[in-house]
Amino acid sequence: MSDMLNIGKPVQKMDSLSLATGTERFTDDFHVENPLYCAILYSPHAHAEIKKIDTSTALKVPGVVDIIHYNNVPRVLHTTAGQGYPEPSPYDTLLFDRRVRFVGDRVALVAAETVQSAHQALEKIIVDYKPLEPVFDPERAMDKDTPKLHVDDEHAMIPATYEPEKNLAAEVKISFGDMKKGFEQADFIEDHTYKVHYASHCAIEPHAVICYFDERGRLVIISTTQVPFHVRRIVGQVLGIPVGMIRVIKPRIGGGFGGKQEVFLEPLIALVAWRHRRAVRICLTRKEVFVSSRTRHAMRIRLRTGVKNDGRITALDMDGLMNAGAYGTHALTVISNVGSKTLPFFNKIENLNFCGRSVYTNLPVGGAYRGYGATQGYFAFNQQIDTIARRTDKDVLEYIKRWHIKEGETSEVFKALGEGKEGVAQAIRSCKLDECIDRGSEAIEWYKKRAKRIKVGKNMVKGVGAAVSMQGSGIPKIDMAACSMKMNEDGSFNLYVGATDIGTGSDTILAQIAGEVLRVPTQKIIVLSSDTDLTPFDTGAYASSTTYVSGKAVEKCAHDIAEQLKKVASGMLGTEQKNLFLDSEKAIDKNTKKSVTFTDIALSSMYEKDQFQIQAHASQTVDESPPPFIAQFAEIDVDLETGKLKVVKFVSAVDCGQPINPKLAEGQVEGAAVNGISYTLCEDYNFDSIGRMTNPTFWDYKIFNIRDIPEMETILVGSHEETGPFGAKSVGEIAINGPAPAIAKALYDAAGIRVYELPITSQKVWKLLQEEKPV
Amino acid sequence: MEGLFIINGSEKKLSFDSGDILLNVLRANGFTEVKSGCHEGQCGSCVILLNEELVNSCQVFAAAAVGKDIVTIKGIGDIHSPHPMQEAFVETGAVQCGFCIPGVVLAAYYLLKNNPDPDDEEICRALDGNLCRCTGYVKIHEAVKLAAKRMAENV
Repeated sequence: MSDMLNIGKPVQKMDSLSLATGTERFTDDFHVENPLYCAILYSPHAHAEIKKIDTSTALKVPGVVDIIHYNNVPRVLHTTAGQGYPEPSPYDTLLFDRRVRFVGDRVALVAAETVQSAHQALEKIIVDYKPLEPVFDPERAMDKDTPKLHVDDEHAMIPATYEPEKNLAAEVKISFGDMKKGFEQADFIEDHTYKVHYASHCAIEPHAVICYFDERGRLVIISTTQVPFHVRRIVGQVLGIPVGMIRVIKPRIGGGFGGKQEVFLEPLIALVAWRHRRAVRICLTRKEVFVSSRTRHAMRIRLRTGVKNDGRITALDMDGLMNAGAYGTHALTVISNVGSKTLPFFNKIENLNFCGRSVYTNLPVGGAYRGYGATQGYFAFNQQIDTIARRTDKDVLEYIKRWHIKEGETSEVFKALGEGKEGVAQAIRSCKLDECIDRGSEAIEWYKKRAKRIKVGKNMVKGVGAAVSMQGSGIPKIDMAACSMKMNEDGSFNLYVGATDIGTGSDTILAQIAGEVLRVPTQKIIVLSSDTDLTPFDTGAYASSTTYVSGKAVEKCAHDIAEQLKKVASGMLGTEQKNLFLDSEKAIDKNTKKSVTFTDIALSSMYEKDQFQIQAHASQTVDESPPPFIAQFAEIDVDLETGKLKVVKFVSAVDCGQPINPKLAEGQVEGAAVNGISYTLCEDYNFDSIGRMTNPTFWDYKIFNIRDIPEMETILVGSHEETGPFGAKSVGEIAINGPAPAIAKALYDAAGIRVYELPITSQKVWKLLQEEKPV
Repeated sequence: MEGLFIINGSEKKLSFDSGDILLNVLRANGFTEVKSGCHEGQCGSCVILLNEELVNSCQVFAAAAVGKDIVTIKGIGDIHSPHPMQEAFVETGAVQCGFCIPGVVLAAYYLLKNNPDPDDEEICRALDGNLCRCTGYVKIHEAVKLAAKRMAENV
């Protein structure tokens, strides 16, 4: 890539200096004149019906302007999932409902002149609840005698299994080959059940929304969103406002990780604004984010594998049960992804069965979370593989190399399982997983440490574990990205993208792509993103789509601009367009070496001859979703007496295609890996007997700080994905998949105990050391 | 009530109620570069320097800060003339979403003021009150080391 000007270069993130000097604005930093402040009343019951809600005293609190609840808002079923239309998530949500379905479900919202008034009024709302029997155990959710959560006219928008009368929010089944025969052929069967727990995204910026009216009476929404265009559509839908009356602006976003794909706050705040034709604002507390926004779906996955003594898997049966929580947002697609992201990995298994179910419970609501089902699936898959490799006396790394999907190969699962419907057939065009495994294992010194149980202290033993995974790059045939571009007099270009930078640096990498096509430095590309009035459409920041899908739109658009530049230049130079190439901000005749600068081209086209604006637009949809691949390695020290487990070193070697910006790609991997390690070791939702989260603060829900991190090493293993912009694939999600299985496997390596249920706390390790007979 | 504060070197008269938290008073008066991530003294996004001491402004009553010297992230450098610490964060790629960064940069600035040549452990201890969910802290650590090196060279 030596001839590249921008691609593969650690170009500085274009908003990083303004962020580091405090001049950038996040949602809650915007000033609006005379706003109403909101506070939300939440249900103290896991399951109840509201018999009566009395707001008369609360409304008398000075400064209170309005209190909205199920009795005075329109009843419009929708989903908060923030997906494309029609959504694959069921329409099971109202702004406010007569029934509340988890501790933290919203009951009413107060709008007042001050925050204090709003909170005072909250305490004066009298709600008469009729408690209903709650459902906490997903395993029992579908039992006949279990209470049902959604019993009215909730429905699915796409032809998918949705049976609320059974608490079944989604069901996905695929099967290939002959399972009976497959298990009969096996020499032995490994049958294990794995459990993956709740987690909060913990973006440091809480969810916030501001609504106001512009000079012409249109509704403007500034929001901490990953999906501004979906926000516009969904607010329009729920409030019955024409989309053309709404403008959504995404300012800087303080991290998303999936948690800000959910459109659960904007419709409420917009409704208050619409009712009073006034500016309205809200910023959630940390507790509200923990309890009442969205979480990682907890899951139980049973894996049964029939295995020959030589290690060949003759049958694989995956049965997943996902706790959707009280509402079915992403209920279908996350469980689908458990299968679709993990099962193609070992693509030579002929007899394959997958059954995934999402069930309603009276617990906090799951949603999109970095990794999106793959994280859950690969925890089970990697441990199962480790068990098989050990039993057949194989090095697990060699075993993975033998069986994983490779370049030129495909899997029937790609076609069978998509995002809530059939998927898209695809062959793998780029896969450098073997190199990832080799370089990663070298970095962790695998063969020096594996199965050696090196003593590093009185009772401390070392272990190493590895995990592999793949993700996707956007959603084929669903995601769409668009952009437009225009040229300025000095040879700079405005780039307008719908793509949503939530802190990842996508504005920068999209500018790098445009700059590369036009052979100008990235700094010459001025990016404006995610404003529904000003930029073209984009589905938003999810599904690891931005580089691959939005990046390709930008590449196409820039090529169009390049042709226009050459056309003008050919007139100016008196040569044919095909003789020209672009470099050093000039159009150059390859024969005569005569050239004309971009500035002169711009001036000529704008002011002098055959005047027109050099401008272009492009849209991109994709037919494939090329997976990035990763191999991750954990080295741990575990105290056999106390159970204390410390991750000493963590290595990630990733094939994300051509990294557009290596520094930003590393940042994605490091951030996701640390989030994954933190999730594995110390993050958890604790619930009491009535289904209430008991630790909704950073004091009690511990996330890693800088002192907790192990030595981190990130290796970008370059590959070239021919369908991606300059060979790029995605990198945003994948690195969160490996920590949990790698650490669990390292624990087995060190101490001979297998953890099937996350998180891996020291208490749990200690308990297992006492209870189990370590191998 | 009203009180005089010295914020980034300028005197400001701000009005507030007796129970108001300094973070809220600062943000309500336009100092939105001080971020609010948890309001419980855990995340460090609201860090400021109060009479040259590093504090979480969500844990301080505004009344207790009257007459004191407050430095926010805008007080150590600006976009036209950034502080070497701010530049180091940019160069190392330590800024992702950037929400925690004003707090992190101030904590790192405070560290180097008191300890110009910190070792790895000292850097970790100085920044363990600042949560970041994007970077995994790797490049933040690099940034502080780079800034320390630069600042030592330019003394």
